Amino acid sequence: MTAVAATDDIGASELLALYEQMAVIRRTEKAAHDLFLAGLVKGTTHLAAGHEAVAVGASAALRPDDYVFATYRGHHHAIARGATPEECLAELMSKATGICKAKGGSMHLTKASAGMLGSYAIVGAHLPLAAGAAWSAKLRGSGQVAVAFFGDGATNIGAFHEALNIAAVWSLPVLFICENNLYMEYTPIGSVTPVPNPAADRAPAYAIPAEVIDGNDVVVVAAATARAVQRARSGQGPTVIEARTYRHFGHSRTDPATYRPAEEVQEWMERDPLDIARARLATLGVPVEDAVRADDRAAQVVAEAVAAARAAPAPDPADAFTDVWADGGSQWRT
Amino acid sequence: MADISALGQTVTYREAVAEGIARELRRDPAVVCLGEDIGKAGGVFKTTQGLFEEFGPGRIWDTPISEQAILGLAMGAAMTGMRPIAEIMFSDFFAVCWDYLANEMPKIRYMTGGQITVPVVVRTANGGGLGFGAQHSQAVENWTLAIPGLKIVAPSNPADVVGLMASAVRSEDPVVFFEHKGLFASKGPAAPADHVVPLGQAAIARAGTDLTIVALAVTVPMALAAADRLAADGVSAEVIDLRCLVPLDMATVLESVGRTSRLLIVEENPYQGGWGGTVASIVADEGFELLDAPVRRIAADCVPLPFADALEQQVIPTVEKVAAAIRRLMAY
Repeated sequence: MTAVAATDDIGASELLALYEQMAVIRRTEKAAHDLFLAGLVKGTTHLAAGHEAVAVGASAALRPDDYVFATYRGHHHAIARGATPEECLAELMSKATGICKAKGGSMHLTKASAGMLGSYAIVGAHLPLAAGAAWSAKLRGSGQVAVAFFGDGATNIGAFHEALNIAAVWSLPVLFICENNLYMEYTPIGSVTPVPNPAADRAPAYAIPAEVIDGNDVVVVAAATARAVQRARSGQGPTVIEARTYRHFGHSRTDPATYRPAEEVQEWMERDPLDIARARLATLGVPVEDAVRADDRAAQVVAEAVAAARAAPAPDPADAFTDVWADGGSQWRT
Repeated sequence: MADISALGQTVTYREAVAEGIARELRRDPAVVCLGEDIGKAGGVFKTTQGLFEEFGPGRIWDTPISEQAILGLAMGAAMTGMRPIAEIMFSDFFAVCWDYLANEMPKIRYMTGGQITVPVVVRTANGGGLGFGAQHSQAVENWTLAIPGLKIVAPSNPADVVGLMASAVRSEDPVVFFEHKGLFASKGPAAPADHVVPLGQAAIARAGTDLTIVALAVTVPMALAAADRLAADGVSAEVIDLRCLVPLDMATVLESVGRTSRLLIVEENPYQGGWGGTVASIVADEGFELLDAPVRRIAADCVPLPFADALEQQVIPTVEKVAAAIRRLMAY
């Protein structure tokens, strides 16, 4: 891993705000887990508890008009870009007030008004989309950048390689941020990949600069993202960032993740991104009580979100026939 | 083509493709093109000839052989303010970028509750009859018909190419635009200035009273030729050019069948799963009392397309097969 960026890159109050965002995400994911067990969330969920620092750190380095594309494990990215826990949980609970009107579900959280242009459930599909948004920004001269967040498993699918190649050839302002949580679903990524760093080690083949970073340290993620954003905005093209992190839950709702060695789980749990941020706050002289108050506020926000989502109405059945076409309807014939 | 105007300018279908794209590029700075060999090379079918020279590398982008990147970039750009026209060289290659046509472009608006709009056109060279073999000859319009959320266009003549291209590029919804390889050299009247053909409006290519032939793209001139041949026997066939599969203009089809009471569907995609099955089922459901004979379909046989002409002609629609079907239907 590269050297940890200087803590004073981020001021105390800003870091406290990032910590609170991470705390909100952590509690939202816990709430999603509990609501699923209570039978109030159907289908599946891919929880991002443990990945909070990647989403929050990267988001801190972006402009409000930049574009973010995420995977089906994307709750943290939606919230980091401004989606509320209430609209996310309402979506999971199939409520009319859901962020996608209950038409998307857990795997497709999207907040287009905040530049969060979707969560995609076909592995790797959104890397070319992010490159396309970056191409659009370049064509319009807008100075925007696009970010694709993806898992380690996506580095073995064709769309990853097509996207990196064309992004490099066209010098597109796009960041490819891999959340390497060491497992592609249930299988260790090392057992299906011939290089130790599945994203970063492939980048040189496309002449794209890459770095491997501590994805559990929000300050490190923010600093690495800021460097890549600076490169992108100044016309130097794409960057690959491989952020090493770890899932606190299994791959999806039905997975207890028993395939992970206990010592490995223990080691990563001791490197909880919230603990690391709290330690950094202490180093910056932030009183412990401030972090506790941030935790309390996060708990309050999520508790209110759960209550509001539970109370929200179900969608109107007629809404199944809206939003297919831009005219709002679904008519396909006369 | 059956009805080439003696007056006015006559152009090829191939030239009309480039003309239709050029008109939209001139009209709207958000329109941009990408695809393999579409720039200086002018496209492998010369359907983008002259665009690079007029609009330059900022509007006409040559890509690597990366169909997923082509459609993915087009979609990402369409989501963020551009109106891309992407070319997939042969429609058979849809299979290597099918995720974007099946899962991404047609679903993102719906699954985000209407938050995202994808004004993209995917152009492709479709169809057989030219001896390109099983992986470069397929008529795959039925693949796209299986996906809710795509609009599907397949023009049969140069003026429609220009007019439908205008509507496709201006559409806020994703449009798959099938250009037929067997029609590129065909000629017809040039499109007038500002020509726009709305999506979802079939054309009556030939008026008639005895039976209705529903056709699309290359099967339109095929049906017209067969109808002309049967006219000598006193059969008056009406030919409907659907022009689009989605939106599907069944009102025009049902109205015509109401007058003729007989229906023949001529499609180039395989009989098994072909678009004619959808048309036939709607007529059976909503127009049963209009019919005096069974609905008949001429389609490709359910075999991979062979290379040799003598073999390929056995399994794709031909004027002879259409003429024979008309005779059988009139004798019923």
